[in-house]
Amino acid sequence: MSLLPFFQWCYATGIGETIRESTWLFPVIEAFHLLGLGLTAGSVLLVDLRLLGAGLNGQPVIPLFLSEAIKCYYSFPFWVKMTSLLLALIFTFTLRRRVTRTDVAAERPLPARLTGLISICLWFGVAWGGRWIGFS
Amino acid sequence: MSPLNFFEWLADVPWSVDLHESQYAYSIIESMHVWAMSLFFGMTVMFDLRLLGWTMRSVPVSEVIRRLRPWTIAGFVLMVISGSLLFFAIPLRSYQNIFFRTKMLLLLLAGLNVLIFHSRIFRDVAGWDTDAVPPRAVRRAGALSLALWIGVLFSGRMIAYNWFDCDRQPQPGIINFLTSCTATEAGP
Repeated sequence: MSLLPFFQWCYATGIGETIRESTWLFPVIEAFHLLGLGLTAGSVLLVDLRLLGAGLNGQPVIPLFLSEAIKCYYSFPFWVKMTSLLLALIFTFTLRRRVTRTDVAAERPLPARLTGLISICLWFGVAWGGRWIGFS
Repeated sequence: MSPLNFFEWLADVPWSVDLHESQYAYSIIESMHVWAMSLFFGMTVMFDLRLLGWTMRSVPVSEVIRRLRPWTIAGFVLMVISGSLLFFAIPLRSYQNIFFRTKMLLLLLAGLNVLIFHSRIFRDVAGWDTDAVPPRAVRRAGALSLALWIGVLFSGRMIAYNWFDCDRQPQPGIINFLTSCTATEAGP
C-alpha cells in the first residue's frame, strides 16, 4: 500500500490550504520551527557534549508539512529527515537513556563518547535533511 | 561610491556569480549556517536561561559560561563565515532586503548586549555566582539576549521569503525608503 493518499489528504486539509495561500504564514511558522530546532539542539548538545567529555554536566512542524505534503512525499531529503528523526528518537529513549541515567561518563568514557557522537550525528542528519526539503 | 553601487559591483564579482549559480554550493553553505546556528543558539539559550534562573540552578554561572563558551564561539565563527558567504552570493538583493537589514540591526544590538554584559555585569560575578536566581540586572541581560537572538533568528529566516522585495512593486513608500529601492524600480 502506498502512503501517497495520506499525503494527498494532508495537502487538501484546510490548514494546509490556508498556509499555502498566505504570503507570510509559511515563513513565520518556519521561523518558529527553527526556534524549536535551536532549543532542541541546545538541550541535546548539552548532554551529548558532556558524554563526549567536553561539555557541561516540541516543534510546530505539522502545519508546514500539511501545506506541502505532496512535495514532501516525492522529496528524498524529507525521507532522510524522517528516518534520521525516527532513529534519533529510538536511540534517545533506549541506549542514550541508559547511558545518561548512570554516571557512565565517568566510568566508561568510550561507550559514553560513542553515544554522544551517534546522537549528535543523528540530530545533525535531521537538521540537514530538513533544510534540504526546501532546496529539492 | 554609494553602498548601492558597491553591492552592485560585488554582485558582478565572478566568485559571487559562481556561488549564486552553483547547483549545490549555496544549499550546502546554507545547511552549514543552520548547523552552526543550532550550536550557537542552543548554547546561548542555555546560558541565558541560567542567567534567568530557569535552568541548571545549582551550577555556578561562571562554571556554565566556562564550559559553554568554546562551543558558543565555535558556533559563532562558523555562522559568521557561512553567513558572509551567503551574503556574498546574493549581495545586492540582501542589501535591499528589509529582513536582512532588521537582522543586521538586531545582531548589532545583541553584540552590544554581550559587550556590556562582559565588561560590566559579569565582572562582579563572584557576588552572585552560586545564586539560583541571579540579581535583576543579570536577569535583564539574559532576557534581552534571548529576545535579541530570537529576533535575529526570525528576521534571518524571513530573508529568503522577502515579500517586500524591490522587484515586487508597488510597495508602500516607507518600505521603499527603508530598503533603498530606487525610484525606477518603484515604477510610476
